[in-house]
Amino acid sequence: MREILELLERDSSLSHDTIATMLGLPVEEVSARIAEWEASGVIRRYKAVVNWEAVDDAIAREKVVAFIDVSVAPARGVGFDDVALRISRFDEVTSVHLVSGGHDLRCTVVGRDIRAVSDFVSQRLSTIDRVMSTATHFVLKTHKRDGDVFAEPEPDHRLRVTP
Amino acid sequence: MKPLNEVIAACPPSGIRRFFDIAAEMDDVISLGVGEPDFVTPWRIREAGIYALEHGYTTYTSNAGLPALRMLICSDLQQRYSAEYEWDTECLITTGVSEGLDLALRVLLNPGDEVIVPEPCYVAYEPCVAFAGGTTVRVPTRWEDRFTVDVDVVAAAITPRTKAILIGSPANPTGAVQPRETLQALARLAEKHDLYLISDEIYDRLTYNGSHTCLGAIPEARDRTIVLGGFSKAQAMTGWRVGWICAPQAIAELCVRVHQYTMLCAPHVSQLAAVEALTSAETDVSEMVADYDRRRRVFVKGLREIGLECPEPDGAFYAFPSIRSSGLDSETFAERLLKEQGVAVVPGNVFGPSGEGHVRCSYATALPQLETAVDRMAAFLQNL
Repeated sequence: MREILELLERDSSLSHDTIATMLGLPVEEVSARIAEWEASGVIRRYKAVVNWEAVDDAIAREKVVAFIDVSVAPARGVGFDDVALRISRFDEVTSVHLVSGGHDLRCTVVGRDIRAVSDFVSQRLSTIDRVMSTATHFVLKTHKRDGDVFAEPEPDHRLRVTP
Repeated sequence: MKPLNEVIAACPPSGIRRFFDIAAEMDDVISLGVGEPDFVTPWRIREAGIYALEHGYTTYTSNAGLPALRMLICSDLQQRYSAEYEWDTECLITTGVSEGLDLALRVLLNPGDEVIVPEPCYVAYEPCVAFAGGTTVRVPTRWEDRFTVDVDVVAAAITPRTKAILIGSPANPTGAVQPRETLQALARLAEKHDLYLISDEIYDRLTYNGSHTCLGAIPEARDRTIVLGGFSKAQAMTGWRVGWICAPQAIAELCVRVHQYTMLCAPHVSQLAAVEALTSAETDVSEMVADYDRRRRVFVKGLREIGLECPEPDGAFYAFPSIRSSGLDSETFAERLLKEQGVAVVPGNVFGPSGEGHVRCSYATALPQLETAVDRMAAFLQNL
C-alpha cells in the first residue's frame, strides 16, 4: 500500500487504473485506498512542481523566496506550537518546521519582491508575541526542490536500436 | 589482395543494424528497440567514477581485476544465490559480458566443437561461437512454453562433437526466466554427457516473478559451468564496460590467460565504480527493478488490449509479443511499424528462427512513451 503513496508522491497525475496495473492490484482496491487517504488527510492535495525561474514571463517569474529562522521563547504547556501555528496561518508562509540548532523554527516565506518579504518579516513575523529574533536568508537560485533537479535534463544518449 | 578471415567474412552483420539505420533517419521515433536501461548510472556510482578519475586511478589493474571488486562479487553471489566461488582463483573482471562470452567460448572450444544454443537468443552468441572456431547447434524454444528450454529437445541435439550448452536467463529477447527445475535438468544432462555450461546471467537482478537461479549454485553444474555477469543492466552501467566471469579454477585461469593478452584488464575507473555499485547502490537497484516491473505490467497489459498475444515476460526488460495476428512476418511488421507510426521494435527473427512471428519491445522507456507507443501500435494494427 505504501507503494501507491510513493507512486503518487512522484507523479500525482497517474490514473487509478495505471496504478492498479503497475502494482498488480484491483483498481477498486486502489481507488478505495486513495479515497480513504484523501478523507483522512494522509493525502493533503495534488499539485505540480513548478520551476518558476524557467517560466517565460517576467511577471509570473517575479517571486521572492526566503528562509526565515525564528527564535521563540517557549511557553509552558504549548512549547513552540502556538507560535508555529500563528506563523503557519499566513498565506505568505509556505512551510514551517521546528528544528534543532541555533534557532527554533525554520519558515519559508514567498513574496512578490524583496520589499514584500522584508515587510512581512519585520511587521508581521517579528511582532508575534514570544518571537525573540529572526534571521532572513533570501533564495538566490533554486537548484533542486521536492526531489526535482532544476537543471536542463540530459538528452537520451542511447542509440535508437541496440542489441 | 588475399582474402580476409573467412569465418568473420561469412558472419552476417546483425539484423538489428538495418533498423538502427532507418530509425536514425527519422524524427519523432519512440524507440522500443534499445537493449539498455533508460536510467543513467545512479549518481553515487558516477560520483565514485569521478572521484577515481580525480585521484588518478587511470592505470592498469592486475589482469584478473581489483581484488576488492572480485571479493564483493563472490560474496554477493554467495549471499544472493548460495553460489560459492573463490575470489582469487575463480573470478575475473571482464569488459562486460560481451568479453566474458568471448573468453568462455575461446577457452572451451576446439575447432569443430559444437555448442547447443536454445533460441531465440542474444544476437552475439552464434557469431562468438563461430569466431572461437565452433559450430552453433540451435535448438528451438516455443512461446507456448513461454520460451523455457525443453531439455529433451536439447538432449536430442547432442552429438559426439557437442562441447557445451549456452543459455541466457533471464533472456534477451524473450524476457523468459528458466525455472530452477529446467536448469537442474540441464545440469544433469551436461553431467551425463560431459558437457560444459555457459550461463549468461547479465539480467539476473531483473526478475519479477520469483527469483533468479544462478547455474553455478546447482551442485551438478558447479564444476562444469562458466557464469557470466556484469553491471550493465541492473546498475545501468552499459557504457562502463565492466562485467565478470566466475568459473572453476582451471577454466578461470585460462580465461585470465586470454584476457591478459587481448584486454590486459578492465578499465580501472569502471572497476572502482563497480565496487561502489556493490557497496552502496542496492537501494538504487531495487528502485529501478521496481520501476521496470511497473512499466512491464502496464506495457504488457497494453499490448494484450490491442490484440497482441504476449507471453508473460518474467525477467529482463523485454516483452516479446506475437504479431502473427497481423498476418505480417516480423521484418515487415517492424519495418512498417517504424515507417508508418514511428515506433522502433526489433523483429524477432534476428534472434533465431523461433523468434519469427514476434517482435522484441524494450520497456526500458519512460511510461508516457510506452503508452504512446501502444496507442501507435494500435493505430498501425487498425490500418493494416
